[in-house]
Amino acid sequence: MTADPRAADGRTVLPLDPSLAPPGTRGFRDAGGIPADQWHADQNGETLVPTHCCFCGVQCGMYLRVDRGGKVFGVEPRNHDINRMRLCPKGINAYQQVNHPDRLTAPLMRRSRDEELREVSWDEALDFTVSEIRRIQQEHGRDAFGVLGGASLFSEKTYLVGKFARVALKTRHVDYNGRLCMVSAAGANKLAFNIDRAGNPFSDILLTDCLLLAGANVGECFPVLTQYVWGARDRGATLIVVDPRETAVARTADIHVALKSGTDSAFFNAVLHVVVEEGLTDEAYLADHVTGWEEVKANVAQYPPSRAAEICGIPAEQVVQVARAFARAPKAMAFHARGIEHHTQGVENCLSVINLCAATGHIGKPGAGYGTLTGQGNGQGGREHGQKADLLPGGRSILNEEHRRQICEIWGIEESELPAAGTSMMEMVWQMQRREIRGLIGICNNPFVSLPNYAVVKEGYDTTEFHAQFDFFLSETAANAHVVFPVTIWAEDEGVMANAEARVVKHNKAQEPPAGVRTDTWVMCELARRLGAGEKFAFDGSREVFDELRRASAGTIIDYSGITYERLEETGGIAWPCPSTDHPGTPRLFEDGRTYHADGKIHMQVVEWHPPADPYDDAHPMTLTTGRTVAHFLSGNQTRRLGALVEQTPRPWAEVHPSHGFRNGEPVRVVTRRGSEVFPALVTEAIRPDTVFIPYHWPVPTAANALTIDALDPRSKIPEYKVCACRIEHAGAIDEVPAPPVAPGHVAYPETQVSRTDPLPPTAPQGRGTSERS
Amino acid sequence: MMGRTMFIDPGRCIGCQACVSACRECDSHRGKSMIHLDYTDEGSSVASLPTVCMHCEDPVAPCAEVCPADAILVTADGVVQQADTTRCIGCANCVNACPFGVPKIDLQAKLQMKCNLCYDRTAYGLAPMCATVCPTGALFYGTVEELQAERPGVQVADTFVFGESEVRTGVAMVVPAERVQWPVPGGLPVVEINGKDVRR
Ligand code: SF4
Ligand code: SF4
Repeated sequence: MTADPRAADGRTVLPLDPSLAPPGTRGFRDAGGIPADQWHADQNGETLVPTHCCFCGVQCGMYLRVDRGGKVFGVEPRNHDINRMRLCPKGINAYQQVNHPDRLTAPLMRRSRDEELREVSWDEALDFTVSEIRRIQQEHGRDAFGVLGGASLFSEKTYLVGKFARVALKTRHVDYNGRLCMVSAAGANKLAFNIDRAGNPFSDILLTDCLLLAGANVGECFPVLTQYVWGARDRGATLIVVDPRETAVARTADIHVALKSGTDSAFFNAVLHVVVEEGLTDEAYLADHVTGWEEVKANVAQYPPSRAAEICGIPAEQVVQVARAFARAPKAMAFHARGIEHHTQGVENCLSVINLCAATGHIGKPGAGYGTLTGQGNGQGGREHGQKADLLPGGRSILNEEHRRQICEIWGIEESELPAAGTSMMEMVWQMQRREIRGLIGICNNPFVSLPNYAVVKEGYDTTEFHAQFDFFLSETAANAHVVFPVTIWAEDEGVMANAEARVVKHNKAQEPPAGVRTDTWVMCELARRLGAGEKFAFDGSREVFDELRRASAGTIIDYSGITYERLEETGGIAWPCPSTDHPGTPRLFEDGRTYHADGKIHMQVVEWHPPADPYDDAHPMTLTTGRTVAHFLSGNQTRRLGALVEQTPRPWAEVHPSHGFRNGEPVRVVTRRGSEVFPALVTEAIRPDTVFIPYHWPVPTAANALTIDALDPRSKIPEYKVCACRIEHAGAIDEVPAPPVAPGHVAYPETQVSRTDPLPPTAPQGRGTSERS
Repeated sequence: MMGRTMFIDPGRCIGCQACVSACRECDSHRGKSMIHLDYTDEGSSVASLPTVCMHCEDPVAPCAEVCPADAILVTADGVVQQADTTRCIGCANCVNACPFGVPKIDLQAKLQMKCNLCYDRTAYGLAPMCATVCPTGALFYGTVEELQAERPGVQVADTFVFGESEVRTGVAMVVPAERVQWPVPGGLPVVEINGKDVRR
């Protein structure tokens, strides 16, 4: 025990009452927050297991508190250099999922959708699944069976999903829910730099002089990043926020550009126009490091600030202000997220930001560069090793013969056996509707809430002849399946994830899974064995899969070969590429001025703004935009079951401007061409008068995604969640919020398994909590 | 003030309620949160700020002074503890006396509960749970020098004016540097944000 710091100011210090320190964490506290031997903190049986949060792409470090009986029962903040002890409310409550009464503990099955799901043995569920796969593939061809993975899975598991689909099922149809997340940024980065990741580590934010956040609600979606944003502001950096809503970071920004959704590329083109006009380009940088500048320059000449002002619905001066602030700053950084990526021109929007960084030379330096903020914990890693329709491990292209050969050698199959590229997640649902895909395995995703245009999604899934789903809670999608496999939660297995900085971090196992629960790895390998591909799936656990993944990535741009579990535990994370075990990793890209294109240059691309897919008319004059709230994560399958988070944000709402004449809490009907739903109004000046916002974490009848359009970006195939034409009307009654589904034989969890008809609106636009509401 | 204490910076608060959730995890009152979050100008701004116990120093702890059962103890290091469960009679005098609206009464248990600055953590040199996790640093635990080293030029206030009376507290608030008001009127130190007068 070190001296009490309070003694320093000369006060009398009371002798410490040892009973004040609860059993277990005493050793942790004596050592000032660092467990004595990293893993075993105490003398009374409590253990602190270092791991990371399971949710967003920040990947905060945390300790899980494990009791004497080996059960996770709490959380301690961890001084990891990503988050430095900080956690957001999702991170703090995440541990409550681990032993939640809603956990699935036995496989569920039914032979047809007319029956109820019932608990069955593992053998019965696996046999039925294998016989259905065989039947469908024999009758309708191999590609009639598809697999949809998830970006919340460890990278080892996402690697297995790709291998399982192509080697065990031999189908070309595999994709993942990261398709809904940041593939636009991925596409733009590939085009411009030929590398698909952010250019700079988070810590560079503290070094910048100007920080541009475009379509990134940092306060709610990546809360722990705000410490870097505020840190930059403390050191005098200019903060620019481009967002139709006044978010918590927009509130304190030097310039908040509240543009109309779907007009981002017109805005950034105009900013570049001003940069050119005022001679603020970095000509030396452009001459040496860029191709395509002349074309881009000629194109942005068509976008004077007056035109942007008209398209974006903002004052023209803001364009000039942003151009000067960004281009004149000695070091500037741009970060974007779903706000500019969820569009039918998502790739183009990201490219228009990259053009701005390139033209001003703000690339590849401490405090200067770009990045995208990943929504899912493994949004970055989840697409790197072959779970995406067109990608093989190491980011190799499935269309490239050389790449195909390399992977077939590692997998031990003939090149002719390796299927061609498949289609994207939403396209697969359309194929399900058309009966081209007749069977599906979904792994830890919940498209019933997360895909746009719910009616189409429901029809697609209902049309499939067989549907199996892996999950640890019965999601809305799993409740529709023929077979549900109960799998482990993040704290019950080890594996790696890559965060938004492309820093690979290791998650550790904190408890044994409940009886009846298996790892996703085990289930995929067992299915492969029963399908006759067992020798290619002889993995005991994550560690062995990771070793194969490392080999499969060696020599590619996404090189993991120098990363080992041991090194990750020692360092707290390594950014790829990391080609050898003595390589420190690559936190910052392009420091030598070269990109990953053969010519080492940035390939600038001309971006032409075009209107969103859903046209406005007299019946639909307003913009519906969707997004997240701080207490909930993605489809809400996890967070809608955690008491504190449900209490904080019990239901969705429609955020509307006071000019429409609604009172707070009044029922407002939001109508799009897909349908209509009723929400309590949250009346606030923090949104544009022509825009309505609804958070999307809930299922029908309060699902934002029953209203959104299933139009896709032609290149990245990301849906256009952020702009739909709509109108709002007064309505009679507010829709009930349905309780999350519970598996047969499970007891409803009293705190969350109640439907909510509470018509009260949330208390405020940010935080939107109910805590302390009297 | 001013050994290690809590600093509240409303300009940084994003209303995420991580502090509220973290407070529930504190072992001294597990499951119940002692923080509340105020949304200062609902309908026109997203601004929010957290309230924790201010650990009043002068007059020392009005809640403790009015407690008829002598249940609220102030430790020598200035921390105003939550009511001793063996003494508290649940009369709610403390609730009425507190100028910051901090103590709460569990009506069923007839017991008072309030923030005790995570004494089980701070006594061992750790920050309170809320200040540990607060993602933005709106709640900061440390010395004023540590705060100023991290945030150059930051100004703080620990004196609040309620009508005729002044209260000096152990917990301090960050106030806008260009408009230092000392003491702070009405217990609401923020008068201006980004050049906009936010007083009503
Ligand atoms: S959700 Fe993201 S910001 Fe919140 S604790 Fe988890 S990783 Fe950190
Ligand atoms: S945790 Fe920090 S930022 Fe979040 S509500 Fe509390 S004080 Fe505000």
